[in-house]
Amino acid sequence: MDGKLLEAKNVSVDFRIDGQYQTAIHKLNISIKHGEVVALVGESGSGKSTFAMSVMGLHNSDQTRVTGSIKLNDNELIGLSERQFDAYRGVSVGMIFQDPLSSLNPLMKIGDQIAEAITVHDKQSKKVKQRVQKLISDVGIVDVQRVSQQYPHELSGGMRQRVMIAIALANEPDLIIADEPTTALDATIQAQILDLIKEIQQKKNAGILLITHDLGVVAEMADTVTVMYAGQIVEQARVSDLFNHPKHPYTRSLLRADPSEVNSGDELYAIPGTVPALKDMDHSKDLFLKRVPWLDKAEVEATVDEKLQKVSDGHYVRGNAWQNFEFLEDL
Amino acid sequence: MWRTILRRVLIMIPQLILVSILIFMLAQLMPGDPFYGSLNPNSDPATIARMRHAAGLDLPWYQQYVKWVGNVIHGDLGTSYVVNKGWTVTRIIGQRIWPTLSMGIIAAVLTYVLSISQALLAARNENKIIDRILIVWNTMTSAVPSFVFYFVMMVLFVYIIPIFPSSGTGIDDTQSFTTNFFSNLRYAFLPALTIAVFSTNSIFQYLRSNLLDQQAQDYVRTARAKGVQIKDVFRKHILRNAFLPIASGIGYSITGILGGAIFAETVFGYPGLGALFVQALSGRDYTVITALMLLQGVLALLGGLLSDIISAWVDPRVRVK
Repeated sequence: MDGKLLEAKNVSVDFRIDGQYQTAIHKLNISIKHGEVVALVGESGSGKSTFAMSVMGLHNSDQTRVTGSIKLNDNELIGLSERQFDAYRGVSVGMIFQDPLSSLNPLMKIGDQIAEAITVHDKQSKKVKQRVQKLISDVGIVDVQRVSQQYPHELSGGMRQRVMIAIALANEPDLIIADEPTTALDATIQAQILDLIKEIQQKKNAGILLITHDLGVVAEMADTVTVMYAGQIVEQARVSDLFNHPKHPYTRSLLRADPSEVNSGDELYAIPGTVPALKDMDHSKDLFLKRVPWLDKAEVEATVDEKLQKVSDGHYVRGNAWQNFEFLEDL
Repeated sequence: MWRTILRRVLIMIPQLILVSILIFMLAQLMPGDPFYGSLNPNSDPATIARMRHAAGLDLPWYQQYVKWVGNVIHGDLGTSYVVNKGWTVTRIIGQRIWPTLSMGIIAAVLTYVLSISQALLAARNENKIIDRILIVWNTMTSAVPSFVFYFVMMVLFVYIIPIFPSSGTGIDDTQSFTTNFFSNLRYAFLPALTIAVFSTNSIFQYLRSNLLDQQAQDYVRTARAKGVQIKDVFRKHILRNAFLPIASGIGYSITGILGGAIFAETVFGYPGLGALFVQALSGRDYTVITALMLLQGVLALLGGLLSDIISAWVDPRVRVK
């Protein structure tokens, strides 16, 4: 199938805090094609999960304002009623969460939790049991009968994440959102789960929005990468371009701070400072420059064009700072 | 599961022995005895001494205890000295236990029905007006002393709106069980409701905050992401998880039946075990007091057992393999 699976344009998310709306995401543009894996990278607090929640419509509607346009298969999602969202959650989009233990109901059998994902959209379905068993074996669990009768606490972390994936896949969604799917797992299990997601994605030709702060995961899984900082996109590129020619100073810093890239004995680079609080985010500037200690004030405070600048085909970067930086080529 | 229960039951035996010793000693520590006050002030001290001797009350407490335990094992709880002079304690308790039991069960059911429905209503409408009203109401019932509240209910539903009888149990030994059962319902309902309204507040507050806590849990987000409607998420996921810590308390509520009855039965003139306990205490009716306290001890142990069974039943993480 051609065309865009997910197309988000000018998406802004504001949270109401003490009666005032504060911007958590500012004019985000992102698109995913069928069969494409798009990674969303950034530190905690950069707005990655907030965006995922907007696509799922899971924000508390009293406290949150989502504006712009999010289209899935050309259907507008923003402005849907709660009931309309219920019908599309789990059907067109499946979501995999970070911590599979807390994300499963501790009092419900695994089989029942997977079955619920099916029956909630198809009450008449007669083959629920077969479908549940097929899903369990599809995610690489051998002992299907026993596992479906077990409770979450009786399974290992990797098994639980497989169950979460089975739930997300229950209705064969076009889009899978994986919010840090391997962060809570052991390193050895991480690779298995990533392989599983990749395998399923290729089999079903589903699009994946992969949220992570692990650049190793990005390199292995993604086709394109979007780097977010303080609720804005700072760089967007194909994976090879981003890793080989990172432009924005934030992307450079992230790559330098990746422990897997550091030779033993070298000191691991830590980005000084933290992501600003919501109330301190002035989205007309390049907010990351505040954390570059040797820049002069004028440069930090300079207003930046709202539109991303094109570096090459499919490679976009925010602000002008990248043109003034001279990077050593060896990271 | 059965092994867990059996082990718990075996642990109860030493607990029961300890409880019985404590109860007996406490009863002995009370000043006076059944014959003070029940006799003419001019009675000959020698007569009193003779009566005490006949009842075995002049023996050291441990000898009395051994004698008492021996009788209890044979089902003989002794004879009342004061309350129903000459009646066996078993007969008195046998007569009084049904009204208390029926009131206690109605009260327990009402308590859970009231607190669960109120907590759900409040949590579903957090910070809205209905939530505020329920919080204020429950804070109020927990702030007012219970006896004041009992009198208010009494005045309201017996005198101002006379829909309930003012005293009695509605049980007549000459009538059949079913007749008694239905006539008792009318008499038991008001004291039961009063106890329930009163014991609702703590469960309400606990359950409400549990519901709000559970609402923010990750598994709720998973259920929403499946497309489950919010009201079904409450019913199928949140309520059960929020109810866990309270479910284990249900067992202990049978322990509270007798305790809760003491005030209510006295105020509502409902002659059950609670009222009997007050009468027996003021008359120093040792045999009745110790029997009632023993009953309460057994109830407490059974309550603990029931609580353990319930929590193992509702929470798969508690079950021992």
